[in-house]
Order: sequence, then C-alpha cells, then structure tokens
Amino acid sequence: MTTTTSLYDQFTALYNERKGLNGNDWLQNLRREAFEAFKAKGFPTTKHEEWRFTNVAPFLKEDYSLAPAAASLHEHKNAGTIPGLDAYEIVLKNGLLNEDINIPGIKITPFRSAVKEPAIRQYLGKHIEVQKNGFAALNTALFENGIVIEAAQNAATDKPIHITHVYNAQEPFFVQPRILIIANRSSRIEIIESIFIKGGQPLFVNTVTECYVAENARVDQYHLQTTPDNAHLVNFTQVEQKADSLYNNFIYTLPGATLVRNNLHLNLDGSNTESHLYGLYLTGGSQLVDNHTLVNHMKPHCLSNELYKGVLMDQSRAVFNGKIFVQQDAQKTNAFQQNNNMLLSDKAVVDSKPQLEIFADDVKCSHGSTVGSFNNEALFYLKARGIGETAARNLLVNAFAFDVTNKIQIPAVREYVEKLIAHKMAETYD
Amino acid sequence: MQRNKIPFADLYIKEKKHRKEDMLSIKNLQAKVEDKQILKGIDLQVNAGEIHAIMGPNGSGKSSLASVLAGRESYEVTGGQVTFDGKDLLELSPEDRAREGLFLAFQYPIEIPGVSNINFLRTALNEIRAYRNEPPLEAKEFLRLTREKQKLVEFDAKLANRSLNEGFSGGEKKRNEIFQLAMLEPKLAILDETDSGLDIDALRVVSNGVNKLRSNKNAFIVITHYQRLLDYIVPDFVHVLYDGRIVKSGTKELALELEERGYDWIKEPVTSESV
Repeated sequence: MTTTTSLYDQFTALYNERKGLNGNDWLQNLRREAFEAFKAKGFPTTKHEEWRFTNVAPFLKEDYSLAPAAASLHEHKNAGTIPGLDAYEIVLKNGLLNEDINIPGIKITPFRSAVKEPAIRQYLGKHIEVQKNGFAALNTALFENGIVIEAAQNAATDKPIHITHVYNAQEPFFVQPRILIIANRSSRIEIIESIFIKGGQPLFVNTVTECYVAENARVDQYHLQTTPDNAHLVNFTQVEQKADSLYNNFIYTLPGATLVRNNLHLNLDGSNTESHLYGLYLTGGSQLVDNHTLVNHMKPHCLSNELYKGVLMDQSRAVFNGKIFVQQDAQKTNAFQQNNNMLLSDKAVVDSKPQLEIFADDVKCSHGSTVGSFNNEALFYLKARGIGETAARNLLVNAFAFDVTNKIQIPAVREYVEKLIAHKMAETYD
Repeated sequence: MQRNKIPFADLYIKEKKHRKEDMLSIKNLQAKVEDKQILKGIDLQVNAGEIHAIMGPNGSGKSSLASVLAGRESYEVTGGQVTFDGKDLLELSPEDRAREGLFLAFQYPIEIPGVSNINFLRTALNEIRAYRNEPPLEAKEFLRLTREKQKLVEFDAKLANRSLNEGFSGGEKKRNEIFQLAMLEPKLAILDETDSGLDIDALRVVSNGVNKLRSNKNAFIVITHYQRLLDYIVPDFVHVLYDGRIVKSGTKELALELEERGYDWIKEPVTSESV
C-alpha cells in the first residue's frame, strides 16, 4: 500500500467519523454525493485526460495532518499585506475567520454558521461537477472552514476586499478552505486573495471557490500566488454568470509553490454577459504551474476574453489548457483565447492546449498559442543603448507580461505584481 | 610592445593627444556572417568634430560595418583592429560600447510593446551614468532634460510617453532614434540609413536635429544610399564602400558625382585613395 492510498484512507476515516454530525439533510446529501465521487476515482492520475501533464502523486506522499493544531498566528496580523493597498482586510488563519468584519452592503459569514442558513442551499456546490473533479469533490465532502461573502442587491464596495490566507505549517498538513461569493443583482465587488505561509513544513491547500454573479452584477477576483516552494496549491473556481453581468478574473503565479493547479470554470448562463480572464505565470526552480480554464457559453450575445501569459525559467514546467464551449443556443457569441509563453531556459517545458467546441453557427471565436524565447533583436537594441543584460531582460519580461499586468485595475496591486516580477528577474540574472 | 619603453608621463601626454585627434580608428577590419565574408579590410579614421558619410550600393557592407562597430553578435570579426577613444572597441560588450559613447541609430528600429519610451531612456541614461560612476538623474532633472531634447529634435511628447516605437510610422521611429541620440549625447553616432523611408519634412527634422547636436567634441558616421541626406547633413568626408572595402574616399563633391553617375563606375577595379 502506497502512502497515497493512506492519505485516501485518512480521508475515508475522516468522512466516516464526521457523517451524521451535520444536522441538516441537504448538507449531508451534498457531502455524501461528493464523497462517493471522490471515493470512486480517488486522486486524479496522469491517466485522466485533464491531468495528463500534471502528476500529483509525489505531492500527496507527505504524512499530512488533516486537522492542524490550533495555530498561533496572532503575531502575523500584518502578514501578506500589499503595500499601499486601501482595502477591507480579512485574514483567514488556517481557514478560520476570527473576527467580525463590517463592510457596508456586504455580509461576511464563516461557513460554520452559514451552513445553518437555508438560503445557502441554493448556492453551495450547486454547479460543481464533482464526478469529474476529484479535488473539488474532496473539498465539498470535507471542508470545514472558509467564508461566505454576500453583496446585497445594488451594493457596491468603496474599496476592494483583501483576503489573506495565513497558514502555519508547523507540521505537514492538508487544508481545504472554501469560499462562496454571492453578488446579488446589480452589486459590485472586488476581491483580492493572497496567501502567506509560515512554519516551513509542507502544506497542501485544496481550495474551492464558488462565485455567483447575478443579473447586472460585477465581480472582480484577483489571486496572487506567492508561496514558499514546499506549498502545493490546487484551486477550483466555479463561476455562474447571469444576464448582463461582468466577471473579471486575474491570476498571478510567481516562483514558489512546487505544484500549482488552477481550475477556473465559467458558466455563462444569461445573455449579454462579459467575462475577462487574465493569467500570468512566472515559474522557476522545478515548479509546475497548471492552469485549466473552461468557458461555457450557454446563452446568446456573450463575450469572453482570455489571455494567459507565461515566463518560464530554470527547469520549471507549465501547462495551459483552455476550453471554450459554445452551446447551440449561444448565437452571436464572441469568444477569444490566447496563451503566450516565453521560455528563458533550455530546460523549461510548457504544454499549451487551446480547445474550442462550437455548436452554434453564428459566432466569432479565436484561439491561439505561442511559445518563444527572448527576442534577440530587442535585447540587442536595448544593449546598444547602454542597458546591461539584467536590466534588459527585466525590461523585456515586464514588457511581455505588460498585456496582463496592465489589466490590473487596482494600482497598488499592479505595482506589487510588477515589483515581484522585477525582484525575481534581478535575482535570476544578477 | 614598444609602448612599454615610453616613460609613464610621456605616455600620458601621448594618450591625451591621441584621444583628441582620432576618436575612432579602424584598421583592416574584416568580418563575416555565418560563412560569408562581408567586410574584407576596412580602414577608416574618424576624428572629433568630423562627419563622415559612407555610401555604396546595396549589399556593399555599409550596414554590416555599423553592426560590427555596435557589437551585433551575429557578426564574427575575423581580422583587424578598432580603437575607440583609445580603447579596444572589439573587446567591449555592446552595452559597454554604448556606455563608452558609441551610438547606433538603427536602420530598422525595433518595436518593443510594453516598454515605455521614457522608462527605456531613463534606464539607458542611468546605466550609462552608473558606468561612469555618476549618480542616477533626479526625476525632475530627467524630466527637464527630456523636455529640452524633445524640443531640440522636434519629437512629439505624446510619442515619448508611448511604448517604444510601437505603432510608430517609419518617420517617427527614425525621429525617435535622433531623440535618443540627443538624450544620450554620445561621442560617436553612426546613423545607419536614417534617411531611408523618410519624406522630405521628416528628413529635414532629422537633419536639423543632427546639425544641432554636432560639435567639435563629437563625430558622426552617416551611412546612406542616397546623396539627398547630404544636402542637409554636410559631410567632411565621403567614402564609397563596395564589396566589403572602401574603394574611394573624397570630400562632399564625391557624393554629387555618385548621384550623377551612379555606382557602376565605382565597381570597376579602383585602388583606394586615402583622404
């Protein structure tokens, strides 16, 4: 028996121990169904088409604790702050919210109390295909902590909400946070999520985020993935968009976490929606960063636009898999997808797989993928003006990333991301 | 070598004198690209305060000479020496050549989306200053300098704030080269077919810029296919490059003669005349 199955056994034991403890039937059913799905297939292997290039087995071998000791994280109040960012700060310590947060028009509830409210039933786990997504199934079956963010009808925050996930990995542990975002009709919220890890032991974070964007609402979600290298992140984000809504997702991954797998699924279930997905991965060391996106056009007159860019260094690997479905009803769809990669090392590898499946006949769709290295002409031009190797490469990487970084609409976040890139480039070429 | 025998003080004087007289000294320069010999023995002497025009038919090696001097990696120097301000130019990296005061105005300036013109210039200027052990320019001072030079070379401030050459017209790109030249104040500027693709107004603007920037401390090598540019930037010397060698040198009248007679007569075996 391998240690992977032992983690599987651990989860089975945990599930059996907990079942029956959850009061309401619907939640028990949701969890049971999810757990059955996980149990049937276990953790995904490279035999699954969606995991062909990403072998998670090595990252599941640690002797993870599933219930971490109560962490002393109070001294890290300011951990993970973004310089100059004016935001409502929420700190989740090992997934737990320990304080009351007051934001006008927005209700923040820890899951433990949220699950007692009947209203949550129409949202939680409603659209996640647990049969096809083992990690999301596992999270659904066993998550305990996390928060529900609900924006009231017409509510608009005056500044973004910044969630810092703080983890204290004093021992190897496996954590499964859950975030549910409900943006009611005509509301507007911006959410920035960053992660701060201390403790030095391996940490596996299996997150599920669900985001409901009601009619005419707007949600902007930013993810900043900067972690130490013994962190492993698996994210599953499910977005449901109703008519006339706007959803923007920005995801920036920097060298660190040896495994990052981001799944981002959008259902455009209303006409006249707009969605923008921007991703940047700057990878280093022996990192593996895998972005899987799925945009499902279900109704007519929707626009989706996706741009992911990658800069790969050392022996790092990246995977981009972007799927666009245009259903038969989704006439007049505009769907665009682009993935560009820059390999800065002979040993770096990228697997890029854009996919389009169109069942409607009056649509405008495009997809493209490129892999290249430094433009030597540009490098020479910069050097011929007295700019040295490091500064020249830094300028060119920033220029390559520019299409994605300049889309960040919060100046402090943009500066922060640009600085992280510059810092990394200086480290590499000095 | 023999220099070792000269006492230090004398050497110093000799060096000083040497610097003032010849800024760039090219001796029997030979270079190839892949397996093709492009430069077959170039000799050229450029002193401070001079403007040299290099003319010649297509494929004669004009742009190759510019590339070799700027340090483009695809060229391999197979023989000869180049001394720039007393230093062995061929030993220096492209960025150090620029920092020593060599400037190449590109025939085809590259577009770099995402790098702002201004950020690029600030980086270049400060890297050059750092090389000379000078502190970075204050933001205010940089701005003042930018404004002054924009005015001098009639470069639109809107262009200066855009991404480097992105979406610029051919003429705007060439004007940007001259703007960079004005900002970086090199000792020696090589203009590689800066006139190609310019309409008459742009040509006038570019030439005016060069004429305002010329002094007795700097020098220019103007590479051109046509005599037209030399009506505006009047050279002290004109050299004709053919098949990787300078086959004829003269004064500005030579350019007029070339305009009239074309290049064919030059292609006959001619012995190179020294200036």
